[in-house]
Amino acid sequence: MATLHTVNKSPFGSSVLDDCLGLAKRGSTVLLFEDGVYAATTGTKSAEAIANADGITFAVLGPDAKARGVEGKIADGIKVVDYDGFVDLVAEHDKVHAWL
Amino acid sequence: MAKKFMYMNTKAPYGTIYALESLEVVLIGAAFEQDVSLAFIGDGVYQLTKGQNTEGIGMKNFSPTYTALGDYDVNKIYVEKESLEERGLSLDDLQHLTWEDEDEDWAEKDSIRLVSRSELADVIDDQDVILSF
Repeated sequence: MATLHTVNKSPFGSSVLDDCLGLAKRGSTVLLFEDGVYAATTGTKSAEAIANADGITFAVLGPDAKARGVEGKIADGIKVVDYDGFVDLVAEHDKVHAWL
Repeated sequence: MAKKFMYMNTKAPYGTIYALESLEVVLIGAAFEQDVSLAFIGDGVYQLTKGQNTEGIGMKNFSPTYTALGDYDVNKIYVEKESLEERGLSLDDLQHLTWEDEDEDWAEKDSIRLVSRSELADVIDDQDVILSF
């Protein structure tokens, strides 16, 4: 069962991303949006954790990264998607786990 | 008598309303001619990143307002060094905020003061009123 995990909290001061990475299975996708996009920026511990998460695909919602001025700092290997891409991800997976 | 007001900015912009609300209150405080300082710690440092473009999310980009603070005599803007570094950021990633010094023939000066956590603790200790957002 392929799951799409969505995370909208900054990795600093919230354990949501860690909780998500601890429970996400191989073959699942994690979409970072709203303040969650900061987790994908280079030079952070969270970007390292993402790089070390084998078998999990990561995506970032582009408009949220752009709004926050960090579009140019998204780590390599993380896909940037728009709202249509978000919808596609939802459609491609069996279910959505919306972390709060 | 003017009091020393410190506004602590601790949250990222857009994800919550705190950053924008803080900015509104800061401008009100400045209009009452108080001695205003701002501190940006934790995710609050993300409020000052340059290149913010909110066209795609249907929200107002309020980041240009920070550049107007100098005109309201708000020119003590403390950014915590450790918070920047943890986030893979440096001063180059932030907007260049300036003010013009009336006493020195309107010379343009930097508003942002990069301080360590312990230096910031001393600055906060010296304030009369602290408001946290």
